[in-house]
Amino acid sequence: MSITQSSASLFTTTEEEKEGTFTTRYSLWIKEALDELPHSFTITDPFISGHPIVFASPGFLKMTGYSREEVIGRNGRAFQGPKTNRRSIMEIREAIREERPVQVSILNYRKSGSPFWMLFHMIPVFGNDDGRVIHFVAVQVPISGQKMRNGSGCSEMVFGSCRREVCLGSFVHQERALPVECDEQELENWEHCEASESEKLKSAEAVGSVLSVLTRYSEFAGRLVCGKRNCLRGADCLSSSLVISLGRIKQSFVLTNPCLPDMPIVYASDAFLTLTGYKRHEVLGQNCRFLSGVDTDSSVLYEMKECILKGQPCTVQILNYSNRKDKSTFWNLLHISPVRNASGKTAYFVGVQMEASCKDIESKELRPETRQLSVVGAVRVAVRSSFMVTC
Amino acid sequence: MLLKIKRVLTLVSNHQKDETAEEEEGEGCGRNILSKCCINGERLPLYTCKPAEENVTFLESVLLGEWEDRFQRGLFRYDVTACETKVIPGKYGFIAQLNEARHLKKRPTEFRVDQVLQPFDANKFNFTKVSPEELLFQFEANMPLDADNSPRVVAINVSPIEYGHVLLIPQVFDCLPQRIDHKSLLLALHMAVEAANPYFRVGYNSLSTFATINHLHFQAYYLAMPFPIEKAHSLKISTTNDGVRISKLMSYTVRGLLFEGGNSIKDLSVAVSNASVCLQNNNIPFNFLISDSGKRIFLLLQCYAEKQALGEVSSELLDTQVNPAVWEMSGHMVLKRKEDYEGASEEKAWSLLAEVSLSEERFKEVNTMIFEAIGCSGEEEEELEEESSIRVNCCT
Repeated sequence: MSITQSSASLFTTTEEEKEGTFTTRYSLWIKEALDELPHSFTITDPFISGHPIVFASPGFLKMTGYSREEVIGRNGRAFQGPKTNRRSIMEIREAIREERPVQVSILNYRKSGSPFWMLFHMIPVFGNDDGRVIHFVAVQVPISGQKMRNGSGCSEMVFGSCRREVCLGSFVHQERALPVECDEQELENWEHCEASESEKLKSAEAVGSVLSVLTRYSEFAGRLVCGKRNCLRGADCLSSSLVISLGRIKQSFVLTNPCLPDMPIVYASDAFLTLTGYKRHEVLGQNCRFLSGVDTDSSVLYEMKECILKGQPCTVQILNYSNRKDKSTFWNLLHISPVRNASGKTAYFVGVQMEASCKDIESKELRPETRQLSVVGAVRVAVRSSFMVTC
Repeated sequence: MLLKIKRVLTLVSNHQKDETAEEEEGEGCGRNILSKCCINGERLPLYTCKPAEENVTFLESVLLGEWEDRFQRGLFRYDVTACETKVIPGKYGFIAQLNEARHLKKRPTEFRVDQVLQPFDANKFNFTKVSPEELLFQFEANMPLDADNSPRVVAINVSPIEYGHVLLIPQVFDCLPQRIDHKSLLLALHMAVEAANPYFRVGYNSLSTFATINHLHFQAYYLAMPFPIEKAHSLKISTTNDGVRISKLMSYTVRGLLFEGGNSIKDLSVAVSNASVCLQNNNIPFNFLISDSGKRIFLLLQCYAEKQALGEVSSELLDTQVNPAVWEMSGHMVLKRKEDYEGASEEKAWSLLAEVSLSEERFKEVNTMIFEAIGCSGEEEEELEEESSIRVNCCT
């Protein structure tokens, strides 16, 4: 199944923003520098909804048969298929969630639909100043399954080996090499395909090269990255895994941190930015009051404040002022609720916005109130597993 | 002779009474009890699977939205998100939760631990006795509605293990006892597939494995962490004619089988239900966990209840009051006492579950039975080298 068969194009105005932030982080020439590397690799951004690929090397495109446009904006899962080992998929997912490196053999599929085994080696890249994960770099080394000697003439043989099912009638013992003239049907049925020592070294070397280019260019841009986390992530900074989870929620909402002075916004969904007309960097770190204005009812504001102090959920109808082109105001049916993390204590407040004019729209499927509460529920599930410190 | 067992009671409904008390309800509307007239398509949202489209978050939205509504209305016995939880340091990452309210006071009760199949008893609590407010929605998979229009409903569990804890009750008015059949398992599998979230798992407990209520139901909840069992390696044993791969769990404290693949959802469901039916007909207690958005099903075997009744379990373990049902067997442990939570370790979790697990010999016997029922060879592959760990932690 080719990924080009999937849903709508991702090229909205925010798409340009996404591309832009990549070059802002690393400076304008980063793409050319990365294009010069011979390896197959991708770079993903966990802070963009869907954790998409933001850069794919020519080597990757050649290996998979896709064009750059078909790959940028897609999640790495798009290259997996029906016979990809589920446990390996889980290993990668958990490495992302825990922000740590992983190296695993996995079956992927090209654009043509043909499967191939590769060694997938991924590392997180951290911001030097704030300790958060900026990107994940993933290198792909095809596994040939052929016998190889290591270069220094050591008597020990290094090899790649692949194991097929016994019931196919042929069986390869781990110490013999497998000539790779088997057809693709059989490739899919292999339980596992171990990479050779030299293939593992290749992947480590590729990862090192990419990281070194990123480090150098981030320095030029004055926003250094590195392969290790050099400082603890700040309290105003969410873990990349929490951000990835929140990115699945398509409605307008924000998370605020009641433990920080003036209860600032620490997360804002894309839909919130569209609704209010603000850019992300304009709202992060700000208290929500910037949405209120002259005609906003102060008694409503008072009611909200009381609920927050008592740690209770509430729903209010409040007049908000947007930053959209027409600078229009809108009636916001706002629902606020405290959200606890794994410690059992309140870590955030979630605010879910609903433009009042949308409330009355006949929804064939989900009542607007239910949809609003479903955002709260999804946030609770995401935050519940995040183990950050609370006040 | 009935074996006595100290089972720790949990309530799943606000209308659930003490099992030893007299049941006086069941008289129809006006008493706030679920009767056929209370469920109709308009009052309870009906959710149907869409065969062609990929509607990834719709079921999740309905379930979470309705659950949050009941949560804010105070229908749960406690706020589960206020219960501290942590990952126990170790190789597998067992998950522990400190929850003093979930399990009620321990008391002895007459409970048949020696029967996996027991007839439905209308005098005991069952799901026709829940309040309509505890129902969230009707769930119909890609299956034709029964002629008698027996609805399959999703209800809240008022003593949740985690946020979003629900009960899937197929054909609620048919009053089926807790036993697996092809149709019900397929429905449960559809729910997992439709939720399309690897952190939403569906579980089943047979009667001798601490199922709370003898009325056919499955459980499910959200937890955005991997379960230890999901990390366990497995060794393939066989493949059915429909392409379902069956593997044996390796290096995990509980013995069990992993079912995955199949040419369709139905094939996977049929393999597991055939195995389950065989087990329940042979009075062998089991649980299963539907994981990975319905792509992997863990079938687990245990003998804890019987061991406990025969006095073969240490009192330290009994004192933790952990009922090893499917969630515990998968590595998610709800602990009642603070000292157990503070002192939780991988060794303790491992040994508790090892007590639950079958012996290797017994497991082999049961496997033979299962494979016969499924209709494929149960011989393990000849190269019995354990699959070595393919994960390498790179430290650059």
